[in-house]
Amino acid sequence: MEIFANLSLGFETALNLQNVIYCLLGVLIGTAIGVLPGLGPVPTIAMLLPITFGLPADTAMIMLAGIFYGAQYGGSTTAILLNIPGETSSVVTTIDGHQMARQGKGGRALATAAIGSFVAGTIATMAIAWFAPPLAGLANSFVPADYFALMVLGLVASVVLASGSLLHAVAMILIGLLLSMIGSDINSGVPRFTFGQVELYDGIEFVAIAMGMFGIGEILSNLDNRDVERGTVNKVSSLMPTREDLRSMRAPILRGTLLGTILGVLPGGGANLASFASYAMEKRMSRHPERFGKGAIEGVAGPEAANNAGAQSAFIPMLTLGIPSNPVMALMIGAMMIQGIQPGPSMLTEQPELFWGLVASMWIGNLMLVILNLPLVGLWVKLLSVPYHLLFPMIVGFCAIGVFTVANSTFDVWLMAGFGVAGYVARKLDAEPAPLMLALVLGGLMEEYLRRALLLSRGDAVAVLTQPIAAILLSLSGLLLLSVVIPSIKGRRAETFREE
Amino acid sequence: MMRIRNPKDFWLGLFYVTLGLGAAFVARGYRMGSGSSMGPGYFPFYIACLLVLVGAISIGRSAVRVGLAVPQIDIRSTVLVTASIVLFGVLLERAGLLIALVVCLLTAASASHRFRVEPIPALGLVAFVAMAAVVFVKGLGLSMPLVGNWFG
Repeated sequence: MEIFANLSLGFETALNLQNVIYCLLGVLIGTAIGVLPGLGPVPTIAMLLPITFGLPADTAMIMLAGIFYGAQYGGSTTAILLNIPGETSSVVTTIDGHQMARQGKGGRALATAAIGSFVAGTIATMAIAWFAPPLAGLANSFVPADYFALMVLGLVASVVLASGSLLHAVAMILIGLLLSMIGSDINSGVPRFTFGQVELYDGIEFVAIAMGMFGIGEILSNLDNRDVERGTVNKVSSLMPTREDLRSMRAPILRGTLLGTILGVLPGGGANLASFASYAMEKRMSRHPERFGKGAIEGVAGPEAANNAGAQSAFIPMLTLGIPSNPVMALMIGAMMIQGIQPGPSMLTEQPELFWGLVASMWIGNLMLVILNLPLVGLWVKLLSVPYHLLFPMIVGFCAIGVFTVANSTFDVWLMAGFGVAGYVARKLDAEPAPLMLALVLGGLMEEYLRRALLLSRGDAVAVLTQPIAAILLSLSGLLLLSVVIPSIKGRRAETFREE
Repeated sequence: MMRIRNPKDFWLGLFYVTLGLGAAFVARGYRMGSGSSMGPGYFPFYIACLLVLVGAISIGRSAVRVGLAVPQIDIRSTVLVTASIVLFGVLLERAGLLIALVVCLLTAASASHRFRVEPIPALGLVAFVAMAAVVFVKGLGLSMPLVGNWFG
């Protein structure tokens, strides 16, 4: 079987001593930042990007990927023990996980989360190994119009999945597209929207915007929220789940994995959505829905499996199509481009050891997380006792150093400060900044594919829209959009009627 | 006179319209080209137009749908954190990483209402700056001057 040959090539790469060490480093850093609320994978990866310049491409990617899925793990630890979700994807885990901890079953809740995540990680890794090659093969037959349509679908999906108002999510996308136009036009070399700033000729620095919007913007939001509640740490009991625990977590883990794997592929924070969807599903399927919210083990197992599977399968569109499904993936693409690798369908044939090494390393990393995390729980909890007012200045410092080192540019430091304020204000006004980041990454490619598509059809837009694959993808986008707009119009009607 | 029932939608909408009109105006200055050969102004111009449209819808909606008031912005924290980053940028090459980082951390920290001058946080500050100098400059060899050109 080819898949086994591929995977064995992958394990050969991933088990190289240097890669194992960096994988371990990645998952440890990831867990630490997952534990700390207010510091997520986006600013961390952005901060560490310059460090990866000196590493071989496979090592760099393995470490960065480890940070991403390690953060999902860390987020659940604090969700269970302290009722503080370290990451948005672990918000649901607080509901039942923290209840379990208060009932003295914290250790079992942690073990459930770890087992769920590991099983989900294993299955999702297999899913990537299975589905990536055919998907890449399909992508090889894509014409420019199809690529353009695919990106439209990606952006629409991110709008649909964004929390908050649909209209403002669309606006964020348009602003992101406009920001991506800054810099020299690839075709004509004309500098666009640079306002004479030489620093902007190569385009606006993605890392500066990402760290500003997410890192600094998040800090400002947290500072505003003066009474950030600090729960008390509940004592961690025995970590061993009982036989009954194991039986009741089995089905939720498998369902959560399936849900997470599918939703993770979708652009726009699939992992977050997956954990919410899994919780809702478990509650609906349960014969005792009244137990949910009071420490139901299914409410921990399902969502934890789902968010880890989602984090893993988010790599599929990135690796096979070169399209990022969330801001972290966008940064990974940035890291690959710095290494001189263009992610996309050709990567599988041109860089098989990188591709399969990354896939295999995810499984190894998940194994490391299970083995390391449970004994290290005490350490992670101690990390949380650093109060936020001491922590956030350090994050600001890290971000400032990190953004400067990307291009040794003071201009980028100021850019980050500006986008920090923008990110904070946008959050205040319920405009979610995640779609903006996706649009910013995709903008340049979208324009280029549209240009090529229109060139091939001699400027006939209808001909572009009726290419078979493009037509399917665009109708899918339309349906997705309608599915959100229609209920909201109905809701609005109801609202207006109530008002009168 | 239109009554604004949703200030959030109104102000965001106004921002989109302004930004969109500005971008469209700038994009008009580049060669537009045609569909079959898009000039540098083509794509940004239409995106900007869409943004104006979305902004207009948002403004229109603000008169129809009731919404919450614009929440209070925490001006003090925002100014201090922003200033800390700007100061870091200004000082890095002139005064060097050590001073720039100390100034940055202290300015940012003062944004918190729990900011006090105490021995343990001060020790933490020294440890952090020393760690940054050792790891980033010595260890990873990033090109940041420890001591800037103000001091020769």
